[in-house]
Amino acid sequence: MKQHAHAWPAPVGGSLLNAATLTCGILIAIMLTILLVRFVFGLATVANVNDGYSWGIWVVVDVMIGSALACGGFSVALLVYIFNRGEYHPLVRPALLGSLFGYTLAGGGIFIDLGRWWNFWHIFWPSYSNPNSVMFEVAVCVTAYILVMWIEFSPVFLEKFGKRDFKKKLNKWLFFFIALGVLLPMMHQSSLGTMLVVMGGQVNPLWQTPAVPLIYLLTAIVIGYGVVLFEACVAAAAYRRSIEMHLLNPLSKIMLGVLGLYLVVRVVDLSVRGAWGDAFAFSGVAMSFWIENLAFIAPFFLIGSAQARRNPANLFLAGLAIMVGGILLRLNGFLIGYNTGPGWNYFPSLAEIMVTVGMFAIEVMGYIIITKRFPVLPREDAQVTHS
Amino acid sequence: MDTRRHFLKGVLAGGAAVAGAVAAPEVCARETHTRPPEGLGLLYDATLCVGCKACVAACKEANNNPPEFSTEDHLWDTPLDTSGYTFNLIKMYRNGTMETKDAEVNGYAFMKTSCMHCADPSCVSACPVSAMLKDPVTGIVSYNPDACVGCRYCVAACPFGIPKYQYDSPTGKIGKCELCRHRYKDGHYSACAEVCPTGATLYGKTSDLLAEAKRRLALKPGSTTTYPRGRLDGPDQSWEGPVGNYIQHVYGETEYGGTQVLKLSAVTFEKVGMPNLPPHSSAATSEGIQHSLYGGLVLPVVALGALSFIAKRTVKHDDEANSDEEKQP
Repeated sequence: MKQHAHAWPAPVGGSLLNAATLTCGILIAIMLTILLVRFVFGLATVANVNDGYSWGIWVVVDVMIGSALACGGFSVALLVYIFNRGEYHPLVRPALLGSLFGYTLAGGGIFIDLGRWWNFWHIFWPSYSNPNSVMFEVAVCVTAYILVMWIEFSPVFLEKFGKRDFKKKLNKWLFFFIALGVLLPMMHQSSLGTMLVVMGGQVNPLWQTPAVPLIYLLTAIVIGYGVVLFEACVAAAAYRRSIEMHLLNPLSKIMLGVLGLYLVVRVVDLSVRGAWGDAFAFSGVAMSFWIENLAFIAPFFLIGSAQARRNPANLFLAGLAIMVGGILLRLNGFLIGYNTGPGWNYFPSLAEIMVTVGMFAIEVMGYIIITKRFPVLPREDAQVTHS
Repeated sequence: MDTRRHFLKGVLAGGAAVAGAVAAPEVCARETHTRPPEGLGLLYDATLCVGCKACVAACKEANNNPPEFSTEDHLWDTPLDTSGYTFNLIKMYRNGTMETKDAEVNGYAFMKTSCMHCADPSCVSACPVSAMLKDPVTGIVSYNPDACVGCRYCVAACPFGIPKYQYDSPTGKIGKCELCRHRYKDGHYSACAEVCPTGATLYGKTSDLLAEAKRRLALKPGSTTTYPRGRLDGPDQSWEGPVGNYIQHVYGETEYGGTQVLKLSAVTFEKVGMPNLPPHSSAATSEGIQHSLYGGLVLPVVALGALSFIAKRTVKHDDEANSDEEKQP
């Protein structure tokens, strides 16, 4: 077994009041105002969701896409703890923090969209639960994962407040929560794809397949690495820290490996089902399919060679491309390639968009506050190599 | 290099395991449910429908639903589609000059839109809290607002676009036809069938309705036959009329494993808004995948055990590495 001496995390420090947190604060206030109207007067007063498209961006973006973008913690944990690549350990905490916020808000996103939200506890109540429902599995799994992530992340708070004894006790059982923290996202990220299956022929054959759980799972893992690349570059730029190229470079190579596997699965699935016809139709849906897949192919051109990988800008763009691909895969399945017949259409209202923006603002603000005050990012002076 | 090879091996093994698990549903997918033998339903014969919309009004009254307006003067109930407040609607097919009834070209035709009460309903499979249930005896797909969380997965799942939500209310419910099950105790049956003047909408056991539908399909178009009205096993209210030029297909006999509401039409079903559905239901595919992966929680528990075992070893090593480091500063 290898041992890795790696940079121990430390708070970044600095003032919490700056342009970024202030902007986030305003966006969050706007969101809260809209939500007040939504809860008093009903969904239709603020949202464009309708009976043809009963799920708008609050479900598809905040929950489906939000949770996929929050797969960094899961993807890195898979690498560090399951494939024993301890050298990536400094990436665990920042990735986990992103996931924690992404998922907690995905849970919140579901709640504000529920038409009869006061009954939400029925999902966890055995006499109501329907184990045949894919959504039941997703809801239980996501809730469990949110709890597990807070436990996984709790050492950060325990360190800060000096609860060493408790941390030691928790450490004994941490392996179990880490295992859960790898298993649960595998379960619900694949099931988020399975949610399409019951919708049958309403979903375009390009995205309606019995292999959809595997497609969503593989992309969730890839998106996880893509987000880590993206976040690491953004955090480095925002906090004027050096980019951890010695970690990101090999990580991006692993990402390409999983991405390659995904593309093989996707091509084989489309070929076996004979679904390519829809891809060559003259339609916006077909175009969206190609943009999605070009975004997934782009990283091979951006960071395919060892030399290209040495450039942080390329890593950033590759991470971004994967996020775009993952976002489109989900938008395409649930909205763009979802057709309930003539007469129905959906485009989010400004209020709907502002709520989604507000959700992401909470994430950014939370990330800033916690990284500045709690030991999450690797201590800067402990950096060993820069490439 | 060695660890990389290990890692890649792991990825491939993991990928193969997941691929196997995903491929499995195709093999062990559950069967599509069939109609319960005593299941109740409706037979809608578009060739008999005169478009009077008495059934639409009766449905509103029976379900205590408010009128919906699509004209400026707001004089009477004019919904354009079913909604959270309109559970039954007669829609019209129009083509060219609209001269001939039930002609596909230069003609017009009617079609009833309401819950089909599927043998294997997508809405029931989708609902996470059992608010949508299918009665094991009558086969009626019912909705319970007290259980419902308002997630609207049923709305998204239904291939007929039937469950609809009341978006304009802060306490909105799902609205859909429940075959007037609340009126049975008073000796009544589905209001739409009760008021239909021509028997275009007929109430009864689906098995009987299917036999009636097949009887009509076997008749010579243009000949005369007897049409029952109201309910099949009720008092005789029949009348004699001409036989329509039917498409030789009972819609709902096999679609998604069959539905309890059956339809006859002279215009191609897809043109009058009835989707082309395979005999295998999407609920069966969906539940097949779910149960293959999570049935009895076998796979998740095995996976958790394996992951815990691996994580325990790596966390321990990682801890040692870290505690060494903690001593340094």
